[in-house]
Amino acid sequence: MSDLWAGLSQAFWLLVTLDADLVEITLRSLRVTLTALVIACAIALPLAAFLAVRRFRARRATIAVLNALMGLPPVVVGLIVYVFLSRAGPFGVFGLLFTPTAMIIAQVIIVVPLVASIAHQSLRELWSDYHDLLISMNATQMQRIKALLWDGRRALLTAALAGFGRAIGEVGAIMVVGGNIDHATRVLTTAIALETGKGEFAMALGLGFVLIALAIAVNLAIHWLGRTESEGRW
Amino acid sequence: MQMFPLEAKGARVRRRGKVLVGPVDLTLGGQGTSIIIGPNGAGKTTLLKMLHGIVRMNGGSLRWGCALEEAQKHQAFVFQTPVMLRRSVIDNIAYPLRLTGSSRRQARSRAADWAGRVGLGEILERQATMLSGGERQKLALARALVREPQVLFLDEPCAALDGRATREIEEILAHAAGSGTRLIMSTHNMGQARRLADEVIFVLQGRIHEFSPAAEFFAGPKTAQARAFLNGDIVE
Repeated sequence: MSDLWAGLSQAFWLLVTLDADLVEITLRSLRVTLTALVIACAIALPLAAFLAVRRFRARRATIAVLNALMGLPPVVVGLIVYVFLSRAGPFGVFGLLFTPTAMIIAQVIIVVPLVASIAHQSLRELWSDYHDLLISMNATQMQRIKALLWDGRRALLTAALAGFGRAIGEVGAIMVVGGNIDHATRVLTTAIALETGKGEFAMALGLGFVLIALAIAVNLAIHWLGRTESEGRW
Repeated sequence: MQMFPLEAKGARVRRRGKVLVGPVDLTLGGQGTSIIIGPNGAGKTTLLKMLHGIVRMNGGSLRWGCALEEAQKHQAFVFQTPVMLRRSVIDNIAYPLRLTGSSRRQARSRAADWAGRVGLGEILERQATMLSGGERQKLALARALVREPQVLFLDEPCAALDGRATREIEEILAHAAGSGTRLIMSTHNMGQARRLADEVIFVLQGRIHEFSPAAEFFAGPKTAQARAFLNGDIVE
């Protein structure tokens, strides 16, 4: 219990004094996570709309695989990305291992199936509403996808937020491919793991509270920007 | 462009082994309003959707007086339960124009004009899903008519509306028909059928049982089933 109070006071102190290390780690966490989220959404949302609209032979299998990949173990993702980016690997020449870029790549791989699956669930329902109308209007495949993405944007926001939650709290993969290097690849989650390992529970808890506060703040900001709960809107 | 006649020959729609419609042999000319009537489950909606081309046929043929692609561009459909795009009233009406490449400004300007014509001019920016049943149906009509289609298919457009809303919808339809839009519509409302129809298609068990001019049909249907239906008897 004393650790909890100490953690809270530590978190409060870190925030009030705008601790330089904390600010650096937090900004890096945000940069890595938001970049990964944007890239993941750019891949996952059109994919979800495509799967909702288009009928093709391997569609069911694709959806099943996507759903299964939601439970992809992050450490395994990290390991695979590590192998690909390591000097002996096919992309070793780019020298990306132990850089924020490698962490972004790992997060994208983890987040895409999650965002695509949640988005597909919403867009599938929307498509069942729109199906006859859009076909009747002679909308092209691309126009149908655009209509779903635009009109389903509130639901897609939820998918994106779920992706953000998964990415910001991710530790296994980014520890493997980032290496938790101070001033280079250390982010909030890996810092928490490090402090816990050192027995600095108060500091670890402090960072944990900052992480939670950050996740809530970003969620609220996106909800506010999207006006999700405003009356008469979606 | 000459879209008519519309000719269906042996056209049929089958789903899961059950024939929903057909075989249908039907020739529709380019003038007037055709009303499709028949009991529930007779196949009115499927017939309309088949003629419009949004239900795949499992046999027979359907020919327009022009190329199919051309014909598809000049048709619109109003569904029994209007589908509201999750947008404002004006953006819903503008949407079909945006699909054909109109600029946003141009599309919204024409949409505003059509919204005014159907009595939605005061609520242009309201979200479409917030509208009442009558307003939704008016929006669906405006959205269908904004591209000035040559043929308008309507599936029981007044099914859930009160008398006043029905009258308003009928006025819009009469105006569209007066402007040269060919209406093909299903209804359960015999009063409405008498008011609007130039010709009547009586459908039973997926087949066209009777197809005749409205005056002739209502004066004396040729088949016993149609007579029974008009008398309000249960026809299956």
